[in-house]
Amino acid sequence: MNQFVLVDCTTVDGALSQLNDGSVVKAAGVDLLDRMKNGTTTPSRLVNIRNISALRGIHPSPQGVTIGALTTLAEISEHPLLTSQYTILSDACGSAATPHIRNMATLGGNLLQQLQCWYFRSEEYQCLRKGKDLCFAFAGLNQYHAIMDYGTCPSVAPSSSAVALLGLNASVELTSAKRGKRTVAIKDLYVHPDANPTKFNVLEPDELLTAVTIPRPAAGTRSAYQKYGEKQSNDWAIADAGVVLEMDGNVCRKAAIVMGAASPVVRHSPEAEAVLAGKPITEETARAAGKAAMQGGPLQTAMQGAQPLSMNAYKVQLFPVAIYRTILLAAGQMGRDPSAAG
Amino acid sequence: MATTKIPSSMDPLLDAAADAAPAGMETVMMPVGVPGYTLRQEPRTVPTTEPPVLPINADLNFIGKSPERWDGHAKVSGQARYTADIQLPGMLYAKFVDANVPHARVVSVDTSAAEKVPGVKGVFVIQNLQGSAKLLNPSLDASKYPIVRYAGQPIAAVAATNPQIAEDAAKLVKIQYEAMPFVVEMEQARQASAPMVFPGPANQGGTAGGGGGAADVPQTGNIHGPSMHTRGDVEQGFKDADVVVESHYTTQVQVHNALESHGVVADWKPDLLTVWASTQGTASVREGLAGFFNLPKSQVRVITEFMGGGFGAKFGPGNPGVVAAALSKQTGAPVRLMLDRKEEQLSVGNRPSSDQTLRIGAKKDGTLTAIHLVSYGTAGCGTGAGCAGPATNMYEYAALRTEENDVFTNAGPGTAFRAPGHPQGAFALEQTIDELAEKLNMDPLDLRDKIDRNSARRVERQVIRESAIWKSRNATPNADRGHIKRGVGVAQGVWYRNISMDSAAEVRVHQDGSVEVLSAVQDIGSGIKTVMAQIVSEQFGMPPQQVSVKIGDTNYPVGPNSGGSVTTASLTPAVRDAAWQAAQKFLASAATALGTTADDLVLSKGEVSSKSGKFQPVSFRRAAAKMNTGEVSAQARRIPDYAKSKYETYGGVDVAEIEVDMEIGLIRVKRILAAHDCGRPMNPTQTISQINGGVIQGLSYALYENRLLDPNYGLMVNPNLDRYQIAGSREVPQIDVQLIQSYIGQSSTDASGIGEPGGIIATPAAIGNAFYNATGIRIRSLPMTPALVLTALGNTQQTKETA
Repeated sequence: MNQFVLVDCTTVDGALSQLNDGSVVKAAGVDLLDRMKNGTTTPSRLVNIRNISALRGIHPSPQGVTIGALTTLAEISEHPLLTSQYTILSDACGSAATPHIRNMATLGGNLLQQLQCWYFRSEEYQCLRKGKDLCFAFAGLNQYHAIMDYGTCPSVAPSSSAVALLGLNASVELTSAKRGKRTVAIKDLYVHPDANPTKFNVLEPDELLTAVTIPRPAAGTRSAYQKYGEKQSNDWAIADAGVVLEMDGNVCRKAAIVMGAASPVVRHSPEAEAVLAGKPITEETARAAGKAAMQGGPLQTAMQGAQPLSMNAYKVQLFPVAIYRTILLAAGQMGRDPSAAG
Repeated sequence: MATTKIPSSMDPLLDAAADAAPAGMETVMMPVGVPGYTLRQEPRTVPTTEPPVLPINADLNFIGKSPERWDGHAKVSGQARYTADIQLPGMLYAKFVDANVPHARVVSVDTSAAEKVPGVKGVFVIQNLQGSAKLLNPSLDASKYPIVRYAGQPIAAVAATNPQIAEDAAKLVKIQYEAMPFVVEMEQARQASAPMVFPGPANQGGTAGGGGGAADVPQTGNIHGPSMHTRGDVEQGFKDADVVVESHYTTQVQVHNALESHGVVADWKPDLLTVWASTQGTASVREGLAGFFNLPKSQVRVITEFMGGGFGAKFGPGNPGVVAAALSKQTGAPVRLMLDRKEEQLSVGNRPSSDQTLRIGAKKDGTLTAIHLVSYGTAGCGTGAGCAGPATNMYEYAALRTEENDVFTNAGPGTAFRAPGHPQGAFALEQTIDELAEKLNMDPLDLRDKIDRNSARRVERQVIRESAIWKSRNATPNADRGHIKRGVGVAQGVWYRNISMDSAAEVRVHQDGSVEVLSAVQDIGSGIKTVMAQIVSEQFGMPPQQVSVKIGDTNYPVGPNSGGSVTTASLTPAVRDAAWQAAQKFLASAATALGTTADDLVLSKGEVSSKSGKFQPVSFRRAAAKMNTGEVSAQARRIPDYAKSKYETYGGVDVAEIEVDMEIGLIRVKRILAAHDCGRPMNPTQTISQINGGVIQGLSYALYENRLLDPNYGLMVNPNLDRYQIAGSREVPQIDVQLIQSYIGQSSTDASGIGEPGGIIATPAAIGNAFYNATGIRIRSLPMTPALVLTALGNTQQTKETA
């Protein structure tokens, strides 16, 4: 780990005034310290925002709920309002990493963590996402990489909370000292590598992610998130699914089906959602939706449907299973999957 | 334990008179066999200086019981000092400079920029590399510096006043490489056209922990072998067979990943080099350093107060020990060098891979007529990938041929790893035996009863046969419908009685009634400290916590290196003999003041009494106060086993119950029942704890662990504990251990080892057999990840196999 200056802040304004060139924001440090230890991030200054108490808390309102960026994943996973009405989010936060890490990790940090691609995380590989020309995963070891919509970089979206928040139509509040606050929808938060390989999200260097706002779900909404790994404890997703169903009785009025570990940026599956719209939720429709997700049209690139790499064809089988089981879980027709991780 | 009796073969010598014992020897009757099954008394001829025969555990007060870990409180309260906790005045912190290329000639090493960094006190460039195979003709390398043969190979080290400066300065050491072609995949390395890892024949010997490869074998390209072993006429054996099964298995490279990384603190003084080391062998570190620096052993002291785990990779000083000592000599200050997790995964050893073709022939009744194993495996730039142990030693057969080949690759050298070669070998052998049983229409346990006459294993199979988990097994594979399929599978493992004669202990009795026991042996976590205390307690009648145990220091009598499951089997007889002799000396010393003679005195259960009733029994402490000297002591060393001709293997039989999610390809291990023998269990809780650990490490190897090297750049992509997958809390199933007391009448404690036989060998194969029972499909590769399982189930086509 390189030597750095640590600036400890207790207010948002104080932190914003410290965001100079070379500064890196540290919340819990779960992701950042890993990168500093493996030498892929070498900040000269760390601005520690961990102790800004104003950024921690879950605030319900008639319009929905606002969650401070420093609220921990553990707090979100156990909050009664979230577990009952925003189950997809409490599921996602409750299945990340380990209980110890969830006690420390923050929602903002989870959303803004960097790629988990092992080439990106090795100081020995200077890849596309570090401003160089080459991606090492295509010809290398890619069993955990993307199967859809990846274009030039098949890393996968690492944040499970982002899957949930995309499904819930949430937005983030970004704050800067000069320009004040702006609101960005989760769907617009992340930058696809084909658009700009070295810009991972739309945050500017002088901005902090200060809050997440989720609109109140429509009546009859049920939701769930499940992830699958090689291991069930402390593993990254090899497949995951976030499902939000707006139900009229057993008929699905509208569905959101979201995947994280399929592509570089969290994505909806309009094809899967279309399968469910206006139909009753049954194992048959749920499986059809899962299957449709792998036929998905391009969102960010010109890639049509799942196009596995040399070592990850198995993921094309996993995602439809993750999706159908999570649809049935959300609909209350199946229990939590004993094969799921978290 | 189940109570079914197995008829014992009553030894005709049982009542034999013992007149024929040579001078200085006597014949005694010792318990032999398994209580409840085969327990009997057998004669052994032993030196007259040996203590009385120890009865079975049920008749003892401290041995065979499970007092709390002697140092448990120190460990859980943070008082235990590990190597990284050692702080010496003026101590420097060293950091390796590691190669980041897999194969290269080092043209130059420029240390000038690093040396100029304030706080840097010394830079050392490695000339003699430890750990890798060595060229028979070193001049073939013709290089000033060691050829880089794997990414992560240490090249130099920097010592500075704090770790941060050392790390920063290490980055300033400029190394100029002349790149050489490399190969990291074994399949490629086997090709005639592959880049050569070594320009000529090269050998790697084993360590005090075993491992290493055959030296007197051919070497062609990167293939070092075959090492051939033949018994009987294999061709005839296959002709005689009614059934032949042939299968192909592959296993991955596993990294030890002990919780505590390798590391030392070296303090070079003109008349004494003192080294604190995380080691499995204080003796091996002393021997290695004395040899490397040409010092008398008397001027090297090695200390291991506590260590955080070793699975075979921590013997000898290695590169960290040699470099830290050299830097300490160079700078005149103590030097601490601890590896980080990445270095731990790259440069200090691993379990080699395997590629096995196993062919077994049998008669209709199950009798094995022939076994033929051809194996390839890579230990990187080392050797030791042989895996014929189980095929050679588990069962009876008419004929056997094994052909083991090491394949050099540009990867970190392998080294001994918990039962070297055996998890790999058993994974292939035990699935093949199950295939054979199916072809012969025999129950898997019945077939094993037919071909394995080991008496302890026979009891273990009986325990398994009567268990609820085995009775729940559906003999028909792939019987479940639905996407979750349940399976139960069995496999067994085998290990050997290894004894280190360099095992000695001293017991001191003080006038204040305190007793201490000393040995240079290190406790690698298996609990030898507690066992030593129990032995002294049994002799003197005091609680184990009151015995002062001093180990892990070469200033004490020599102790065994803890590899090959030798520690308990080797050291405990020396401890008991020393305790017995010290007790006799104590009685002699106190006799006069007690108004009698030594032969009138008896020490039992903490009391000294007079056979002739000269006085009322007094406590040991009060009797000690009457000693005619401040301290009596006795040192004893290991004497040879009483009856080597009666050796049998150690081992165990494991049953795994698993569930396979057929859509996800996920295997969940629900339960493991492990029935294991290890002579006399000295401390059942600690013994079971080791078996638990072996089972967990075995299932972790079977399902998750995999060192992944990028084929295009030769670098490990998962050199951390995030992407190097190890079983976590949700992966650990219910583990039930049935400990078999299997007395063998070999020493004054009759203890054996359990580190290797327990779990790691049989569990992966049992999971493989359970997978077949669940799905009707054989899985012949490790680790059994969802990608591999879905491919095996035929649901997924990979264009390239998962590495």
